Amino acid sequence: MTHKAVKFELDNDGIALMTIDVDGQSMNIINKDFMSELDAHIKTIAGDENIKGGVITSGRDNAFLAGADLNMILGDLAMRDDATPEEIFEGSFSLNKLFREVETCGKPIAVAINGLTLGGGLELSMACHYRVVADNDKIKLGLPEVQVGLIPGAGGTQRLPRLMGIQLALPYLLQGKNMNPKQALSNNVVHEIAPADEIVDKAKAWILGGGKAEQPWDQKRFKIPGGQGVYDPNIVQTFMGAPAMTQKQTKNNYPATVAILSAVFEGHQLPMDQAIDVESRYFTQQLLGTIAPNMIRTLFVNKNKADKLVRRPKDQPEAKTKKLGMLGAGLMGAGIAYVSARAGIEVVLLDREMEYAEKGKDYSKTLVEKGLKRKKITQEKADKLLSLIKPTTDYADLEGCDLIIEAVLEDPKVKADVTKKAEAVIPDGCIYGSNTSTLPITMLAKSYGHEDKFIGIHFFSPVDKMPLVEIIVGENTGDEALAKALDYVRQIRKTPIVVNDSRGFYTSRCFMTYPLEASNMLAEGIAPALIENSGVYAGMAVGPFAVNDEVGIDLSHHIGEATKAALGDKFQKEASHDVIGKLYELGRNGKKNKKGFYEYPEDEKKFLWPGLQDHYPLADEQPTQEEVTKRLLYRQALEVVRCMDENVVTAAEDADIGAIFGWGFAPWTGGPISMIDTIGISTFVEECDALAEKYGPAFKVPESLRKMRSNGSSFYP
Amino acid sequence: MTDAFIYDHVRSPRGRGKKDGSLHTITPIDLLSQVLVAVRERNEFDIADLDDVVTGCVTAVGEQGGNIGRFAAIMADYTDEVPGLHVNRFCASGLVAANYAAARIMAGQADMMIGCGVESMSRVQMGFDGGAWLFDPQVTNKIGSVLQGISADMIATKYGFSRDDCDEYAVLSQQRAKAAWDAGHFKGAILPIRDSIGRTMLDHDEHMRPGTSTEDLAALKSSFNDMGELGFNSVIMQKYPEIERMNHVHHAGNSSGIVDGASAVLLGTEEAGKKHDLKPRARIVGFADVGTDPSIMLTGPGKSARKALERAGLTKDDIDVWEVNEAFASVVLRFCQEMDLGTDKVNVNGGAIAMGHPLGATGNMLLGTAVDELERTGGRYALVTLCVAGGMATATIIERV
Repeated sequence: MTHKAVKFELDNDGIALMTIDVDGQSMNIINKDFMSELDAHIKTIAGDENIKGGVITSGRDNAFLAGADLNMILGDLAMRDDATPEEIFEGSFSLNKLFREVETCGKPIAVAINGLTLGGGLELSMACHYRVVADNDKIKLGLPEVQVGLIPGAGGTQRLPRLMGIQLALPYLLQGKNMNPKQALSNNVVHEIAPADEIVDKAKAWILGGGKAEQPWDQKRFKIPGGQGVYDPNIVQTFMGAPAMTQKQTKNNYPATVAILSAVFEGHQLPMDQAIDVESRYFTQQLLGTIAPNMIRTLFVNKNKADKLVRRPKDQPEAKTKKLGMLGAGLMGAGIAYVSARAGIEVVLLDREMEYAEKGKDYSKTLVEKGLKRKKITQEKADKLLSLIKPTTDYADLEGCDLIIEAVLEDPKVKADVTKKAEAVIPDGCIYGSNTSTLPITMLAKSYGHEDKFIGIHFFSPVDKMPLVEIIVGENTGDEALAKALDYVRQIRKTPIVVNDSRGFYTSRCFMTYPLEASNMLAEGIAPALIENSGVYAGMAVGPFAVNDEVGIDLSHHIGEATKAALGDKFQKEASHDVIGKLYELGRNGKKNKKGFYEYPEDEKKFLWPGLQDHYPLADEQPTQEEVTKRLLYRQALEVVRCMDENVVTAAEDADIGAIFGWGFAPWTGGPISMIDTIGISTFVEECDALAEKYGPAFKVPESLRKMRSNGSSFYP
Repeated sequence: MTDAFIYDHVRSPRGRGKKDGSLHTITPIDLLSQVLVAVRERNEFDIADLDDVVTGCVTAVGEQGGNIGRFAAIMADYTDEVPGLHVNRFCASGLVAANYAAARIMAGQADMMIGCGVESMSRVQMGFDGGAWLFDPQVTNKIGSVLQGISADMIATKYGFSRDDCDEYAVLSQQRAKAAWDAGHFKGAILPIRDSIGRTMLDHDEHMRPGTSTEDLAALKSSFNDMGELGFNSVIMQKYPEIERMNHVHHAGNSSGIVDGASAVLLGTEEAGKKHDLKPRARIVGFADVGTDPSIMLTGPGKSARKALERAGLTKDDIDVWEVNEAFASVVLRFCQEMDLGTDKVNVNGGAIAMGHPLGATGNMLLGTAVDELERTGGRYALVTLCVAGGMATATIIERV
């Protein structure tokens, strides 16, 4: 019999070896074939008296088992409108039940873990009676479900705490953090670490040595390490503190975290059979909500597609970058040099003065030293990384580069000058990228001999931390340049979105509406803390005033002035422009000079500048938090829709990914477009109409939305 | 409606709620039963006419569990015929016990009742009874559950009470308690507690620190910074998004003391009083319980006071004596702010910051203090109120007769 997911071989000792090798998947994941085959094998083992026990391992070296197929879950969800909660429960409970059958089948089952073991992979492992893991620090074991708004739904919330103690297990469940084999051993999650080629033998040896087919939690006198139940003071303290600590992180936007806490809290007062039932109820609740599906779609499915370059022109040959010419060694240039060298790319880091170029390289040195201290990087790799960066002032050093990225002053003249100088030495037709965040690519391309080879490659600061790169296609940019830029982004392991040329492109343009709307509200006399907190509590990465201080008030002011000059009559003046103008005039430039919307005292946390209220006295009537939140989020979402209308961003997927990874839009929404879909186009339009009536044309609903409303359509299918 | 009258009230002194506290070696049931014995001896009524013993107790587990009032009554030789009922409205339990006893009389369903309360905080640790509101994630998430001290600090932050304001109030409480003790204002109510061989264990409130100055208090570190930073600040601040930063002002010196104590009030109809030749001292005018935001939790007293006043057809100007439990300084300051009262009319004999707050008994004690103060000053109406965990409050209005 041929198997599509789990091979079955019986050896001479009567031990069944089950090897996971899932057809059609680059990495082993749990799909329907996997479930039905594992189920059949366990039944075979249980029913055949000649079989002593079973060992589960993987036939792949990249992963043992990387969890459930989220596409399968999304697919199931697509049909959920017709499914009752009971049916969704039954569907999700089936895996829980299957793993419970593994541990109660009556025969000893061991697992030999030889690679990445995430989610359902770890849950299956914990349902085995004996666990051996390969001696390889790169192996990660963890339950990352929470990161896509789910909870572990196949016993993870029940078995992990029963193995390692409730208090210690909670961070793994609530944050989805991983453990390596050594940590897994000390956490009592595995029994043994062995060399990779011995793990199956060790697992078999355990069975032959009389390993018992029973789990500790099915024993009468079982006690959870570290205490259990609502009568244990340790546990009481844990459950008083953990929700508050969690809310500090989540701002209560991620119901999965509360569901995890509850599954653990309730489940650990019950026997396993009932505990997993409770877990599956909470799992089902997440599936029935809107947050998990939105998060799965954007943060997992579509992000993976973007990482695999879904927007890459198909007919272009792979064009990896070998030698990067980095023009400008300022903050951005230095960061780009670092992430490129980290990916093994040779970097020529050029600046006007050697001092600046060296300083740019020092940025990498500092990061590498930090990595060495934290043992995130070996000395050898550190040396290699630094050796790849060559600081210079000599354009001749750019010879042989196959990609140029320019990150000099945001001044068209300066940029044109640099472009000309570089073009003189680089290979003819070399792809040339600009990291500009404000200047039109089409215009900049004119100073390059091959406009079709000119493209925008827009990074975010700090480059080493921010995961997104916005690729901007100018009017004349060709497919070769796009392919090259995307291949480069993949090389440096960042996530690209592809947008078309426009003022502020996609991310900067939409992002700016967030602090601008905050300043509009400030001008109306709304309490600054209410505005700031509403942004943070809505799940935005940073509050609107804090982020404006980060950007710099002076920069905001200049962008505003430039936009005004460029748009002329079309410029829509808002109260925020005066607020920014006022702060600029007062010399409050933001974090850079330690005064902006905030005060930045030396040894204290920053706090909102009390002077704001002298200039913008509090109104007697304050709006609700809900209203403030709507203004902040809807204003951004409307600008995103306008960008789609203007073809600046061409796909909802890119719009959502760009928003979350580019400017820190609330991840729980799945992005602004997902948010509009979830609210419902009709409701969203009505709410925006009401906002427009009260607060002006910034909330004017685009015609496209009205059309969608009358068609009854949505952005995502 | 039948009138319910207060005929007597007795309370134990308050012992420090620690292992070195003078009442630590006495069981809570013994503590309460000594108070019950005193009520009976002082009033010489026929026990057969007593309808029920309603007992407030908050941490009703272990030796305070299982309806402690019923068995304290038996231990006090109230005979097997007197039933007992346990009530728990957290910090207002002792007042609610008296209210419930009064309500039975007012409704014509009883003639003579005892409302009492007990808490031996040194023996049964506060919070030991757990509760879904403290640790069931579904519940804590819904209500925004935080430590009470964080709630009290939020009251100070939101309503603008500084650390100095709270410390000054705490010193006032200490000075007033000392003055009240020195002047003998508690003499009529205090029952010295004795051990089983008759030795006096305690005859005064031992938590008091009469010499405390604002400078002394200024030296204390605020208690809830760390727990706030851990996450509780985030929880409560999300309920009050206009608040930028928490101002942690409370510490052991301006919060209520943890103590042991018991208290009882004897209530009855006019006829019952006549029958047993008892002198009525105050009439229960009315009472009210309210719910408020369970996260900030302790802002209910004003609402409960207004509700009780309204039901009674009175205004705040009719009230001569105010007893507002000093759970935390900010609670009293907020009450005075909300009711537009100066602190000079509130808690004139000191309160729980100085003398301590034996959870289940405090409300009962405050009721007795109010009766005595009305009699001492010749005032007419008194209002007693307590903030209550979980966002509740109870208020009772009495009239001197």
